[in-house]
Amino acid sequence: MGLLDQIGPVMVGPSSSHTAGACRLALLARHALGGTPSRARLVLHGSFAKTAKGHGTDLALAGGLLGFVPDDPRLRNAFDHAEDAGLELEFVTADLGDIHPNSVRLELTGANEESVSVLGSSLGAGFVRVTQVNGFDVHVSGAYHTLLVLHTDRPGVIARVAGVVADDDGNIATAFSARQKRGGHAMMSVEIDKPLAAYATRYLAELPYIHWLRLLPEVMRGAEERVTDTADPPVSANWGDGSEVQQ
Amino acid sequence: MTLDELSRSLGKASEAVLENEVGGDAEERRKLLATMRSRIDEMRDSIRRGLASKEPSRTGMVGWNARTLHEAADPLNSPLLKRVQEYAMAVNEENARMGRIVAAPTAGSAGTVPGALLGVADHLGIPDDELVMPLVLAAGVAQVISKSMFIAGATGGCQAEIGSSAAMAAAAITELLGGSARASVHAAAQALMNTIGLVCDPVGGYVEVPCVSRNAFYAVHAVSAAQLALAGVESFIPPDEVIYAMASVGRMLPPELRETGEGGVADTPTGRRVALKMAGG
Repeated sequence: MGLLDQIGPVMVGPSSSHTAGACRLALLARHALGGTPSRARLVLHGSFAKTAKGHGTDLALAGGLLGFVPDDPRLRNAFDHAEDAGLELEFVTADLGDIHPNSVRLELTGANEESVSVLGSSLGAGFVRVTQVNGFDVHVSGAYHTLLVLHTDRPGVIARVAGVVADDDGNIATAFSARQKRGGHAMMSVEIDKPLAAYATRYLAELPYIHWLRLLPEVMRGAEERVTDTADPPVSANWGDGSEVQQ
Repeated sequence: MTLDELSRSLGKASEAVLENEVGGDAEERRKLLATMRSRIDEMRDSIRRGLASKEPSRTGMVGWNARTLHEAADPLNSPLLKRVQEYAMAVNEENARMGRIVAAPTAGSAGTVPGALLGVADHLGIPDDELVMPLVLAAGVAQVISKSMFIAGATGGCQAEIGSSAAMAAAAITELLGGSARASVHAAAQALMNTIGLVCDPVGGYVEVPCVSRNAFYAVHAVSAAQLALAGVESFIPPDEVIYAMASVGRMLPPELRETGEGGVADTPTGRRVALKMAGG
């Protein structure tokens, strides 16, 4: 944890875990979808379920989905902004099992009916972790630029992705990959020190056995180095039919 | 890094913290110091807004305390104490209104460091540029604490949040006023040792009561710790052992006293009434 995470972030109150962290999780989910959702179902777990309203967690989640960062004063009126943006919000509470007490599952649907499900936790002091995307285990901290790739489980696919990152002079900080079953679909999450160049993501999307990919921004930066919010997806291949990729 | 290592720094403790973070990278160093400098401006801005407003928070439990104190006379003839309390509550009332603040280390404890450090600096007429390195040391103290325990009320109780913020502020003030690295670390240790056991019992789960007044109290607590350390009074228990003691007490705290809003002042007839009213509306 850096010094600027201890005196920081600069944020809209009242809670670093329940407001800033929730906003960051929603920002990551928005980028996993590839733009502003038209519908969002937010499933709140544990302390998020108990104290969401008191901590502005609901507003922070809505704001993050709209691309607002934790210090954006619009977070206070995020519901009004959601209405203007045509974002339908549904908050429900549920026991999501043996996970961190500050957790939420964001089930998002976009304008073209594309959808994504993101499970994440707020760890305290604004730190977050996304643990699942569309049912696949991932490791995303938001402290780096993250490449998410859905691919077929075949020899060499991971190496080719790592090779493209290397060719773009990207340094891999962490890498995680998990598959449904041998030869089935697999998801890899690769945290990189710098954003992957547009030509590199376009090339990756053309490779055989790669079905979908997304670049998630580094969301841990403070107000001084604001996250550039690119609403449009870098590339989009098909998920196939939704059931295929759910575990 | 441990507090013991920090206390044995040859130069200023803040310099050791910075060296540990950026090594010899001059550009990283420049960027970090520039950002830290801008965080002082952010703190100032939140204090200014907080002192100007009496707008109630969402629950209506807080919102006017900082301004009320600001407008009041000073019957104790203690302008430092008054200023420190005003600044601390101003930041936390802004926080409760969903205003813009700097988490230090958390949002719930965001008033302590600016209250104590900026309060002391303004009392003595010290310019903001001189607060940058002390703030780096404050962040370094939080880094050391966070290696032993999660700095979150939900895991360690309020001692983890406000205790950390008071320790950070105490070390920063001590260095600002010319204390040695060893004195700064002992100021942090004194602040921590005398916060052990403090529970997190927010009424209705809101970061308002007791959080706002608690920041005023622990900003003063940080100034007390700095005063002892600057006089050469040291913590008998070595600073790193104090952190372990606090982490251990945190693990002993029942969940009711760790940010669930189910114990302490949250579990009083009035506290429960607020929780009920807010849940309904």
